[in-house]
Amino acid sequence: MKKYIFITVTCITLFSTVFISCNDEFVERDIKYSIDSENFFNSKSDYDKALIATYDLLQSTYINVLMGEIASDNTLAGGESPTDVIGFQQIDDMTHTPVNDNLKNLWDWMFAGVQRANYILEFKDKTDFEGKAQIIAEARFLRAYYHFELVKWFGGIPMNGDKRFTTGDETSVKRSSVQEVYASIEADLIYASQNLAPTASETGRATQGAALALLGKAYLFQNKYSQAAAALEQVIVSSKYSLVSDYASQFEMEGENGKESIFEVQYTDVEGAGFGCLQCSEGNVAVGFSGVRNYTGPKYTSGFSFNIPTKETYNAFEVGDSRLNASLLDIAAWAAANNATFGKGNEDTGYFNQKYLPRVRTTNAAGDLNLTNPNNYRAIRYADVLLMAAEALNRGAINDTKAQGYLNQVRDRAFGDANHRITSVGAALTDAILKERRLEFVGEGFRFFDLVRTGKAANAITGFVVGKHELFPIPLQEIQFSNGNWNQNPGY
Amino acid sequence: MKSNHLLIIFLLFSAFGFAQKKDVAGTVKERSTGLPLYGVNILDKNTGNTFSTDFDGKFLLKGIATETTLVFTYVGFKSREYKLTAADSNITILLEDEAKTLNEVVVIGYGSVKKKNVTGAVSVVSSKTIEELKPVKIEQALQGTVAGVNVTTVGGAPGADISVRIRGISTNGENKPIAIIDGYQGDLSTLNPSDIESLTVLKDAQAAIYGTIGANGIILVTTKTGKRNSKAKISFNTQTGIQEASRILPTLSATEYALMLNESYANGGNSLPFPNVSGLGKGTNWQKEILNQAPIISYDLSISGGSENISYAVSASHLDQEGIIGGDKSGFERNTGRIALSADVSDKLKMKTNIIYTLQSRKTINDNGLGSVLFNALNVPSTLAPYDANGNYTLVPSTPGLGIEIINPLAQIENTYNDYELKKINGNIGLDYKLTDSFVLSGTLGYNSQSGQSKTFAKQISYGGKVFDVNRSSVTQGAQFDNNYSVDVYGTYTKKIGEHNVVGVLGTTVFKEYGNGLYATGFDVPYNSWDYADISLAVGLPTVAPNSSYVYDERRLSYFARAQYDFKGKYLLSAMLRRDSSTKFGPNNRIGYFPSLTAGWVISDESFFGGNEGTVNFLKLRGSYGVLGNDQIPNNGYVSQLNGEATYIFNNAITQGLATGQIPNPDLKWEEAQKFDVGVDLKMFNNKVNIVADYFIDTRADLLIPSIPVSGILGTAAPGASAPTINAGSVRNSGIEFAIDYKTTFSNELTMSLGYNVTFLQNEVIEVNNGTGFIEGGSFGVGQPAPSRMQVGKPLGYFYGYKTNGIFQNQAEVDAAPSQIALGAEAQAGDIRYVDMNNDGVINTSDRTDIGSPIAASTMGFNMQFGYKNFDFVTYLFASIGNDMVRNYERSLTDVNRLDYVLDRWTGEGTSNSAPRVTTSATSNNVFSDYFVEDASFLRIQNIQLGYSINPNHLTKAGITKFRVYMGVNNLYTFTEYKGYDPGASSGAPIGAGIDYGFYPIPRTYLMGLNINF
Repeated sequence: MKKYIFITVTCITLFSTVFISCNDEFVERDIKYSIDSENFFNSKSDYDKALIATYDLLQSTYINVLMGEIASDNTLAGGESPTDVIGFQQIDDMTHTPVNDNLKNLWDWMFAGVQRANYILEFKDKTDFEGKAQIIAEARFLRAYYHFELVKWFGGIPMNGDKRFTTGDETSVKRSSVQEVYASIEADLIYASQNLAPTASETGRATQGAALALLGKAYLFQNKYSQAAAALEQVIVSSKYSLVSDYASQFEMEGENGKESIFEVQYTDVEGAGFGCLQCSEGNVAVGFSGVRNYTGPKYTSGFSFNIPTKETYNAFEVGDSRLNASLLDIAAWAAANNATFGKGNEDTGYFNQKYLPRVRTTNAAGDLNLTNPNNYRAIRYADVLLMAAEALNRGAINDTKAQGYLNQVRDRAFGDANHRITSVGAALTDAILKERRLEFVGEGFRFFDLVRTGKAANAITGFVVGKHELFPIPLQEIQFSNGNWNQNPGY
Repeated sequence: MKSNHLLIIFLLFSAFGFAQKKDVAGTVKERSTGLPLYGVNILDKNTGNTFSTDFDGKFLLKGIATETTLVFTYVGFKSREYKLTAADSNITILLEDEAKTLNEVVVIGYGSVKKKNVTGAVSVVSSKTIEELKPVKIEQALQGTVAGVNVTTVGGAPGADISVRIRGISTNGENKPIAIIDGYQGDLSTLNPSDIESLTVLKDAQAAIYGTIGANGIILVTTKTGKRNSKAKISFNTQTGIQEASRILPTLSATEYALMLNESYANGGNSLPFPNVSGLGKGTNWQKEILNQAPIISYDLSISGGSENISYAVSASHLDQEGIIGGDKSGFERNTGRIALSADVSDKLKMKTNIIYTLQSRKTINDNGLGSVLFNALNVPSTLAPYDANGNYTLVPSTPGLGIEIINPLAQIENTYNDYELKKINGNIGLDYKLTDSFVLSGTLGYNSQSGQSKTFAKQISYGGKVFDVNRSSVTQGAQFDNNYSVDVYGTYTKKIGEHNVVGVLGTTVFKEYGNGLYATGFDVPYNSWDYADISLAVGLPTVAPNSSYVYDERRLSYFARAQYDFKGKYLLSAMLRRDSSTKFGPNNRIGYFPSLTAGWVISDESFFGGNEGTVNFLKLRGSYGVLGNDQIPNNGYVSQLNGEATYIFNNAITQGLATGQIPNPDLKWEEAQKFDVGVDLKMFNNKVNIVADYFIDTRADLLIPSIPVSGILGTAAPGASAPTINAGSVRNSGIEFAIDYKTTFSNELTMSLGYNVTFLQNEVIEVNNGTGFIEGGSFGVGQPAPSRMQVGKPLGYFYGYKTNGIFQNQAEVDAAPSQIALGAEAQAGDIRYVDMNNDGVINTSDRTDIGSPIAASTMGFNMQFGYKNFDFVTYLFASIGNDMVRNYERSLTDVNRLDYVLDRWTGEGTSNSAPRVTTSATSNNVFSDYFVEDASFLRIQNIQLGYSINPNHLTKAGITKFRVYMGVNNLYTFTEYKGYDPGASSGAPIGAGIDYGFYPIPRTYLMGLNINF
């Protein structure tokens, strides 16, 4: 009997210990050293950190610049072979379809930027502190920047106010119209221009001037000439910016963030990168992609020979224009003069995009060197503001004389004299301004969108179909995810 | 001391004086095979004393009465009585192995059953097989020995990972089965194969007692223990071998290469690169430059034995293997030590413990992928010499024709420096308490605790403008600490009521794994040398955060129950239920239930069957169905964490912020496997023929589609962010397994056993619910779309590309065919002709189709053993049929070297319909097509071994009971049509398997070895 009592007691004790102490609370544990995203924004520092994340996506705009240039009549796709990065090749030939990994990247990366801006704006009222308006203004500037890229490439896009998208929104949130997207961009940039500091607290941050310049550009893209002129002239009269005298110098390392620079995407080469996550690179990926294949010699380093300027682009420059050699590198001539060697890639013309070619690096440079080039992208230059202001004043029939003045500031700098000034007015002046834009900004990714917004793309770009190629297709995957919620752009 | 001597002498005299006693020696053997039996129980009826045979079946009974009867009993054998006569001094007892294996006990997790009563699909690999195969890593012992199990390596580098797949590839996630070592969750890869008594593979719903970890199958590892009542046995094994490349690919000689290149340049309209090819000769064979013979040496020593209440086994081992590429730069070393102890603390309380210590180190070279050493060796032109006139490594020119990745492979090996060291202790301690005769309470604590240290030195080096150039030297060091423990408490109730047998098990398991890792990088290594490569010396200021770390803590709580019932051992039934809650799963799915049922019917025990003396000695039908889970999914996939990347540059300096990482999925849960199996076990012809056959259907539902493509508007493409993991796929594997073995003794001197097993497998993706209906993976060439897909209606990871139809012979054929310009260039005569799959008159990306599958339609193993007098011979073969492989070790550049099939290239109408023309100008010949997909079916002689044992009678003076020497060859030869190194290698990735970047070839190893037992 005693034995059975012992056994029973043992059994009950053991089982109850085991089964009761081991309840499901065992698997309720906090994740160590981890911050829950929905329990954030408790201090200024939290907002600062989320803002850095929003800036981060600017670096992925390398693809916008590279692909925008390739899409235009300025350059060919190039690369190793006709199948090297097929997405670029198709865009070059205007044979692109909704299945295009590179367009998909652009869509994804720009929306990632919007999402990160909206992460801040969604929680903008959570915590108050000194200097909050500046942070909100920077976030709104960046949102406008990403939205502007998206509307240029894809037209109307889904927007969700100050809230992040959540799973399922792709099937319920409609594509806003182009006008609605621009309205949002304008509102963001007006707020930003009123709340941003005129001078950046740190190099690389958005300023009042940047917001006004971008606002002017957004107006210009909508042919709102008087508003564009007003915004852009505010930048001009602020006298914070001026043209550098040596055009070429601003594209070298020493010229970064100079007096002509209004907004510049910052890159560095001190952190490594890989092909697995190009948007993660802190370097300018477009630069390595544009490099001369197998180059050895002074000044430059090698790259993948994409984005090859055409002979026609070379010939577009007038004699005496200092921008020719600053913009296009004639590699054979350079190699002969500097004892360099190089290889030829696909669609070789002998010309390369000098502004954004990989330069010889310091020993601090981290690999893969092709993906970590430190060349900043000069997103908005004062020359752009001058030419946009000229265009707005001229096309809006506001003041051709002023327009000539702004245009000729740019030309004077290019030729180093006052002998190449434009004196035409009206439509002839418009043509002169647009031609000047091509020469001033070759290699900077503007050309395709300038051609489209001025209706000149079909004449310039082989294969361009009016009514179709003004916009790029929404990536097929996105159309599928939306389950009928989003329509494809016309023609695709 | 003296008194003791006197006492012994006195006792001896008294023994001789008072009874007719003597010493009797003998051997107990299995009648059918003649193999000695170890641990046979011997009862002296006269005195009631018991003895047992040693490892070699030998016994020595000292001072035994001559008029007694000895009773030999052994599990699974008919017991035998032997009446001792005065004449006996050395006797041989042959035991009948009637239905021997049927009474063997098979572990099934939280218990064991007689093999006769097993109702699931369970296979066992014994220590005998392991000893014959001499695997360096234990996983290799499963290849070809167990139906339904496939083993692949990521190449033959020493210590390389080996993947084991049970009944096919069921998930795009982790397919690795869980290993349970003596009851606790462990890791196969660090075990010393000599320590293992058996591997038991649970292939079907039998594994359901393991619930959420059982879906990929369970491998139960039983380690060796000492034998009770046996004298100490010392066993020493050593082997030494030479490894060499089993294959050298036929690349072009310098002359052939130059001629090919001249033709290519001429076709492209360029001037000839080699105007004069005379005198080029054979040039450099780069493969021969990097592939060398390399040694492998191993030793192991074990001592085991036991008394009435205690048994013990201790062992130690050492393995040192160098690589055939890079020698000790791809070397592997493993040292293990082990203690196993079991003791009866009291009549009711039993204790056992087992501790394994492992110390292993490994160095690696870049051995898979674009830019690997072999990849370079295959692509560097044979016209280049390895060294220049000054004795330095020749630089491979940086030209478009040779790209920026191809470097001198010898220099690459020379400049590779890394080291990894792992220290690990794992083991368990368990108690069994017998509360009543029918109820036993068991408690076990199992643990693994390991620390790893890694160091990689990036030497500052220039290969002349290649991507492998390093501007600034650095050394990266890491330390990882990984721990886990499992606590099992369960009760077992065993009751026999008349002819009804019931076994019930009820218990709980707590499992926790936790650990952390720390990594740091130092810059500017002094003297740019490995000798000074340590963070303590590399004090150059970093430009980016040089540190990183991680921490994890995952837990699982389980309850399980199993009821087994049989009537007369004839009708068998078992039911299992497990409940798991786990930190791996989202808040909406934290708890899972996993039920299963197995049943069996021993037909041969039915009276209508007419006993087991006929042709058929045993026949059992069995079936099982159950639901199991796979929890090998990403951690914390249900929480939105600020672990994304947020890096920007302000004031020209890197500035770090915070951003969200993966999009959470609160519904995250395990993958669910529904396993159905019917099988038959059959023994025929006096149990000499043994057949096991199974038909199975494994459906894996709720597959986790990681980073499931979701709309980009959610921000999933931001740095450090990713798409959520969602349960959205389904895959079905169905197939047939058949295993037969035959064992016979022709005479006492000649024995033979043969074994054959085959698995036919069909794999089909049932569901991919991600919007696009497929997931892509793998990579081919440079800048080309992913070649592998998971897509409904197709095998998992099938190859998706263009179908070819020979070579265009003339321009007329080109003109008549659909345009191929969308693939990159307009075709010309001599180019590959692609098939217009959708008949739209143009070849473009829509014409891609199914062009092969990396999954073998069938795999089979065959083994043979012969014993003749003192000689023994064994061989194991493995074959895989119907698997395809992608030739992806050729860089598609103009100036690289090629394999000799290019000699059969098209050079004019009618010259070739298999290999296209060569040209430097643009072609579409390098897009991913079936031109690059090869049938990789193969038959491999995995192992062949001949041994000779010296008659132990000659060695008894030295105390040696066994002395065997052997010679063997591992991986002797592979019969295959596949052009690459190893048709059996695979990256192990479910989507992207079977793509060959130049896998490190599995070496052929010539071995000599010695086994000595004392």
